[in-house]
Amino acid sequence: MATSTRFAASLRRFQHYPRVTPCTSRFRPAVQVRWTGSTAATSEPHQPDTEGGVKGKTAPAKTIKFTSEAYPDIQRNSKFAKLTPDHVKHFQGLLGSESALIDGLSNDAAEDIEPFNSDWMRKYRGHTKLVLKPKSTEEVSEILKYCNNNLLAVVPQGGNTGLVGGSVPVFDEIVINLQKMNNIRSFDEVSGILVADAGVILEVADNFLAEKNHIFPLDLGAKGSCQIGGNVATNAGGLRLLRYGSLHGNVLGIEAVLPDGTIVDDLSKLRKNNTGYDIKQLFIGGEGTIGIITAISILCPQRSRAMNVAYFGLESYEKVQDTFREAKNQLSEILSAFELMDGRSQKLITKATGKKMPLEGEHPFYCLIETSGSNSEHDSEKLETFLEHVMETGIVSDGVLAENETQIRDLWSCREGIPECLGHWGGVYKYDLSLPIEDMYQLVNDTRARIEEAGLIGNDDSHPVLDVVGYGHMGDANLHLNVPVRRYNKEVEKLLEPFVFEWIQKKNGSISAEHGLGIAKKPFIGYSRSDTMIRLMKQIKDLYDPNGIMNPYKYI
Amino acid sequence: MSGLRILVPIKRVIDYAVKPRVNRAQTAVETASVKHSMNPFDELSIEEAVRLRERKVPVSEILAWTAGPAKAQDILRTAMAMGADRSIHVVTDEKDASSQLEPLGVAKLLQQVVQSEKTDLVILGKQSIDDDACQTGQMLAGLLGWSQATQASKVDVEGDMVTVTREVDGGVETLKAKLPMVITTDLRLNEPRYASLPNIMKAKKKPLEKKTLKDYEGDFSARLKTVKVTEPPPRKGGVKVEDVDGMISKLKELGAL
Repeated sequence: MATSTRFAASLRRFQHYPRVTPCTSRFRPAVQVRWTGSTAATSEPHQPDTEGGVKGKTAPAKTIKFTSEAYPDIQRNSKFAKLTPDHVKHFQGLLGSESALIDGLSNDAAEDIEPFNSDWMRKYRGHTKLVLKPKSTEEVSEILKYCNNNLLAVVPQGGNTGLVGGSVPVFDEIVINLQKMNNIRSFDEVSGILVADAGVILEVADNFLAEKNHIFPLDLGAKGSCQIGGNVATNAGGLRLLRYGSLHGNVLGIEAVLPDGTIVDDLSKLRKNNTGYDIKQLFIGGEGTIGIITAISILCPQRSRAMNVAYFGLESYEKVQDTFREAKNQLSEILSAFELMDGRSQKLITKATGKKMPLEGEHPFYCLIETSGSNSEHDSEKLETFLEHVMETGIVSDGVLAENETQIRDLWSCREGIPECLGHWGGVYKYDLSLPIEDMYQLVNDTRARIEEAGLIGNDDSHPVLDVVGYGHMGDANLHLNVPVRRYNKEVEKLLEPFVFEWIQKKNGSISAEHGLGIAKKPFIGYSRSDTMIRLMKQIKDLYDPNGIMNPYKYI
Repeated sequence: MSGLRILVPIKRVIDYAVKPRVNRAQTAVETASVKHSMNPFDELSIEEAVRLRERKVPVSEILAWTAGPAKAQDILRTAMAMGADRSIHVVTDEKDASSQLEPLGVAKLLQQVVQSEKTDLVILGKQSIDDDACQTGQMLAGLLGWSQATQASKVDVEGDMVTVTREVDGGVETLKAKLPMVITTDLRLNEPRYASLPNIMKAKKKPLEKKTLKDYEGDFSARLKTVKVTEPPPRKGGVKVEDVDGMISKLKELGAL
């Protein structure tokens, strides 16, 4: 039963974000996918039907502008050494095998090196000539020590799925990619503590835990490509935060390497440890600016046996808030996700993929509720009472309830698929913001009005902007304001920034809820942090990375 | 004719996305606390019946029927939320060996349902994904002496003539038959709808009749004995080689070069 579908799913985890037609592979309508497994009788391949393939023109494979050209204000720091053949030779000797590094200095490896130079949003592109793929913590230590002594700047890189340009070089920084450090070191079934290398792909870790009836306390759309080390280094938030809390709480220990080669072995497996400063917290969300995380130990909760997903259409943002209040009230401990999607974002999914949406008719807002618990009957009863209530009181206009696992996945794809589909036409300006819930959507309206006023939004190619959409983790008061564009354009950028950040500042929100600072938000940190806070952060950076070789030009 | 009376027999099975596990005694797959849902082919049957009505084919009633444990009631509610008018649940005891049904037993039961409900058209899934027997529809047609069209990918009803397109090796085959008849559904027939919340609410008020095997006449007991259930042998993992030289030496080692 259903082997081929599962096979396809397992293949997917090795698939990096496709660049040109990002939506095709994930968004076959569920029906096609779901039958492949159960009908061994049909040998014929499944042709995509009229709804299957991607409609509309695919964005041409535009060349990505170099970050150094797009942001001429950023200058290469001349104190950093330039890579020489001698350096490369040293690393070759250090790492041994040929496949452990990509050398773009002495031979033409442009194609091999390009994926490490540019991000998946096609927004940032560096000039690195060297990619190193160490296999052990010791190798990372040796590499950093050498780089520190020779003033060679480096960029630590995981799955390279970041959204703020933090994982790609700006100039010729050496990329240290952790993909070869992908061992799960240990798992304790009693305490639920997992110890694993930084390069383990999130989905691989989660599948491993699923077999042991546990769950990784983090889930996000890019789970098939992103690595847990990168997740921790960026303090990724994602879909399960509402239920399981942030990585600052779940990560129990870290093994990291400092720029001078010191191995920080703090792979604690203790839930409680009040002995001195909690240094590991500096690495969580540190975006590789003070060291490279090489392994983590993390507390993993028991996997819920019963899971239900409902998807609603609502007529106003007020009703979305009412639904959220009711969901917290009636579903309380089984509520595991509450996600908001506006009608425009759902329309763009249809436009990009031809996918049939779960609800008939159009609604200005949609939300997705997931419950998970240990007893399916208990959960269903609660959920049913809740659904009856919101339908009868007219809080939601329409809705569906997933009847099986396939429908659960399909409904989730309406939320998880948004970022991928928005990039379909060329690019996306992304803002990831924390805001008081009541004000959350007003920002989207204000931003749209601003761009409409300037006449930059439209349906044809002469307008750079396609639409302004909002979606996000309602449960965490985290809004993703996205502006899908046909091309990146300075005029649009000027309209958006600093407008959005000023708006956020007025509401005492955060300009980066879960995506981090990277290169995109670095200049704007002042909108969310005071001068004192920034000074303290800089002191820490200078203390651990006095030469500034770690991920330069970014963060603070 | 006053309108079609359609019978849609459905079955509760382990959700297709769940990986089934064999129990310790190797007598069956583990069903306790495993997610169950409607057999995917049966969703197609319900959807097709509802679509016939939506296409203005005169349909006077869509009846969903199942035989299974108490929880099978859930899939009948789903069927009614998708558009079936009422349903019958023959409650069986999972633990009682004498009420384990096989395709022939189910076909015999359905024969009586068809007769008592004056059914004109039976639409059922071509197979259920748990036993993959692919027999019930054919046996039922045989018992009733009705026309049958299996693995339908398109169904048209005009008056009392039914045109069914079915996919066969190398193309499609079109069959024409007179009502009453039995149709089994294949995967490309349609795309089942989601059960919407308003319809789920309405389905709660639709009639659901409970019966037991004793309400039907005859012997429905199983004739086959399951000797042993085992999992397929695990796939042997591959190995990663470091470089081209590593691959060549590995291939030589395996005698492939």
